Amino acid sequence: MQQLIYFIQKYKYFLFFLLLELVALFFTINNHSFHKSKFISSANSFTGGLYEKTNQFSEYLDLKKTNESLAEENARLKNEREITLSILDSTVTLSMNDSSKYHQKYTYTLAKAINNKFSTSFNFLTLNRGKRDGIDVEMAVTNDKGVIGVTDQISDSYVRVRSILNKNSSINARIKGDSTYFGNLKWDGRDIQILQLEDIPRQAIVKVGDTVITGGKSTIFPEGILVGTVSSINSANSTAASTIDVTLFNDMKNIRYVYVISNLEKDEIRTIENQSNE
Amino acid sequence: MNRIYLIIGLILLLFFQVFVLNNINFLGYINPYLYVLFVFVFPVNKNRFPLLFLAFLYGLLVDLFSDSGGIHAFSLLFVAYIRILFIKAVFQKSDTDLSIFKLKSEPFGKVFNYVVILTVIHHFILFSLANFSFQNFSGVLLNTLFSSVFTLILYFFGTFIFSRKPQ
Repeated sequence: MQQLIYFIQKYKYFLFFLLLELVALFFTINNHSFHKSKFISSANSFTGGLYEKTNQFSEYLDLKKTNESLAEENARLKNEREITLSILDSTVTLSMNDSSKYHQKYTYTLAKAINNKFSTSFNFLTLNRGKRDGIDVEMAVTNDKGVIGVTDQISDSYVRVRSILNKNSSINARIKGDSTYFGNLKWDGRDIQILQLEDIPRQAIVKVGDTVITGGKSTIFPEGILVGTVSSINSANSTAASTIDVTLFNDMKNIRYVYVISNLEKDEIRTIENQSNE
Repeated sequence: MNRIYLIIGLILLLFFQVFVLNNINFLGYINPYLYVLFVFVFPVNKNRFPLLFLAFLYGLLVDLFSDSGGIHAFSLLFVAYIRILFIKAVFQKSDTDLSIFKLKSEPFGKVFNYVVILTVIHHFILFSLANFSFQNFSGVLLNTLFSSVFTLILYFFGTFIFSRKPQ
């Protein structure tokens, strides 16, 4: 007993140091697992509130750019609307039934990024929307130029987003066109403009310059959201699938207004998918 | 009185780190981590529990803002723990000298060595943990080098500007 006390007395600083180091390591490892990172995140009212305050200052610096991108998006949406209207006018109006006309599968919520990280291998954003605004975990986040990430931590009025610039992110994506071969969009942690589209089968025909869009095979992202263009194709001979480098449309350094997309049929799809396991 | 200055200074440093320095992203990804000077300014005491605990807490606050788990807490605590070894080795102090030890009254050359060693160790551990895998080791080393240089430049300019000249 005396020896034990002597031991603790002698190494008290080292033991204390070791204990705190283990706690820090625990937080670090926790931050890398998807559903468990409960403790240290910027989606709490303290850090979220402070980020909101500082954001009110920095917002003024790029009002002009924000305006331009909003105007661009407006123009694009107006064009799309015209196209849909003309189709409806000419052919489909008579055969449209009410249920498909008013059927809505996704809702969009506007949010503002109050914190954006892109300098490490595991990046997150913080948005000024939370549970109060109907946001939940595992919802898609995009802006007018393309995908941004998936929500992962939530408090009453803030939400943390796992950016696509995070080595743990994986998003279902495919090449725009007739083929429906899909792969996983991941990031290797190197260049923040370039993502990797993995597991595209080798028989799929891919050219440099093709557009990559989300595949719609997950319950998170709707199909057809823009991602980027194919910039190079590396097909190693030994594997059945090739890895494709994708240059993003989005400038991940400059994110301000985003949409959080919630899938109204998520629960329904999940229920069915889980039933079939038995 | 000195203690109050220290506390206010450290809080300001924390906000400076998370709101300004974390967003510099020089050349795309290089940030200075000036908060490491917590370890240099914290007074040397015989009782080391306050140093260790506050270093851990300070790092955790930086983590809270940067969404990085516990990497800042881990690395800051580590240099806080090994600080005493380097004080003894670089400045050649014995245990009895430590109670009156002050970084300001030491010659610049030794201070430079001491600060550089601890900063590089801190940054190396930080980026190794941030990388969270054994791949891309060259990236860790490059990050350590660039960020250390950035931090050290800021630190020495800062001390040069803010230090009061002896009258």
